[in-house]
Amino acid sequence: MPKPHGGKLIDGILKDKERDKTLNKVVSLPKIPLNREQLSDAENIAKGIYSPLEGFLCSNDYQNVLHEKRLKDDTPWTIPIILDISKEKADEISNNDEAILTFNDKNIAIIHIEEIYQFDKEELAENIYQTLDDKHPGVSKVFNMKDHLIGGKIGLFNEYENPFPQYNLKPMETRILFKEKGWRTVVGFQTRNTPHLGHEYIQKAALTFTDGLFINPVIGKKKKGDFRDDVILKAYEALIKNYYPKDTVVMSIFNTEMRYAGPREAIHHAICRKNFGCTHFIVGRDHAGVGNYYSPYAAQEIFEEFPDLGITPFFFKSFFYCKKCGGIANEKICPHSKENYISFSGTKIREIFKNGKIPSKEIMRPEVAKVIAESKNPFV
Amino acid sequence: MSEKKKFTTVSIPTPLFKKVEERIKDTGFTSVSSYVTYVLREIVSEEEEEAEAFSKEDEERVKERLRALGYLD
Repeated sequence: MPKPHGGKLIDGILKDKERDKTLNKVVSLPKIPLNREQLSDAENIAKGIYSPLEGFLCSNDYQNVLHEKRLKDDTPWTIPIILDISKEKADEISNNDEAILTFNDKNIAIIHIEEIYQFDKEELAENIYQTLDDKHPGVSKVFNMKDHLIGGKIGLFNEYENPFPQYNLKPMETRILFKEKGWRTVVGFQTRNTPHLGHEYIQKAALTFTDGLFINPVIGKKKKGDFRDDVILKAYEALIKNYYPKDTVVMSIFNTEMRYAGPREAIHHAICRKNFGCTHFIVGRDHAGVGNYYSPYAAQEIFEEFPDLGITPFFFKSFFYCKKCGGIANEKICPHSKENYISFSGTKIREIFKNGKIPSKEIMRPEVAKVIAESKNPFV
Repeated sequence: MSEKKKFTTVSIPTPLFKKVEERIKDTGFTSVSSYVTYVLREIVSEEEEEAEAFSKEDEERVKERLRALGYLD
């Protein structure tokens, strides 16, 4: 099993006396309300998914991540985990060493304030998303951020209720689970969709070389028309139950927002899976991409910059069903022309369900399709 | 706002420098320094220790939860 990124699995969840001590001073400290994505970041820091981060980035790490894709101690890190606050809030808390992070008026965590600093939104957008086009969802979000960033370690004392508690494992738990199962090698699979045959083919191809498969769906903010989180999980349950050998698959959620940062986000996703205990990570075509902002395989090429990442990527091309081959293929292994291909377009699959129909068995397993079709409203 | 990059100098024998210079021609490396940095990062990360062990109490507590959730028999 790989050691956690940066060498140490962070545990920022306060317990026992430390928790009581913090709860005692909650009333007297200023509050910083979080949105849902910031809440996920805070929880992911505290649970160790973002190890070695212990809090939101201070300016020296932030600048290094932007320009070097590394923390200031040279550890690979590509997505700045930052917390923005307004000028008024910055003024309000400027004399405090600590503040309380809240969500929906519930006190969640304490932040030990190390620095409050201003940042350049264009510099952030251009470095992370490689564009200043505000039609890019990540860029648009950056331009709507508040003007200051607050950096400092956090301690979580209340976990926010999760709708899927049975699938909400922390890195410490997955690491112990993989060890108990006797898995020395585990491949992580990132998804935000219901599984079609192309996904299954990629997962099984990877599983051929590893002891276990860790299916880790991203749960959180979705675009209108996407499959709902509970439908994705139920669809995967059907696939695992009917088509995977016993004790080869573990599924657990990753509560985070998609940033659509393409190559940089692919590295970030790999780091998070390394912290969960994966030795390998699947990177497909246009991983974490959106529109045409990144070249189709940029998210694979970026791995060349990180010989010290500590997790091995498995690269895959896009897959299709070839009628002549009579099975799943890709352009590297199939000699036939495009008229023979049935593509696994997510848009097409969603369209089929919206029209009250079921995808053919060349696209989706009938058991999976049935679960989706039987969901009252499978879309966001 | 960009901070200055922090670098330091390491000496290597001139003939070795020249060999590396030859070796990186027509590759993505733009300098001997960037190549040496790449190789050293690879070596240093390989030499890092194995994952730390959890305490017995933590491990038992986690296993109990994993059994309750159906992940372990």
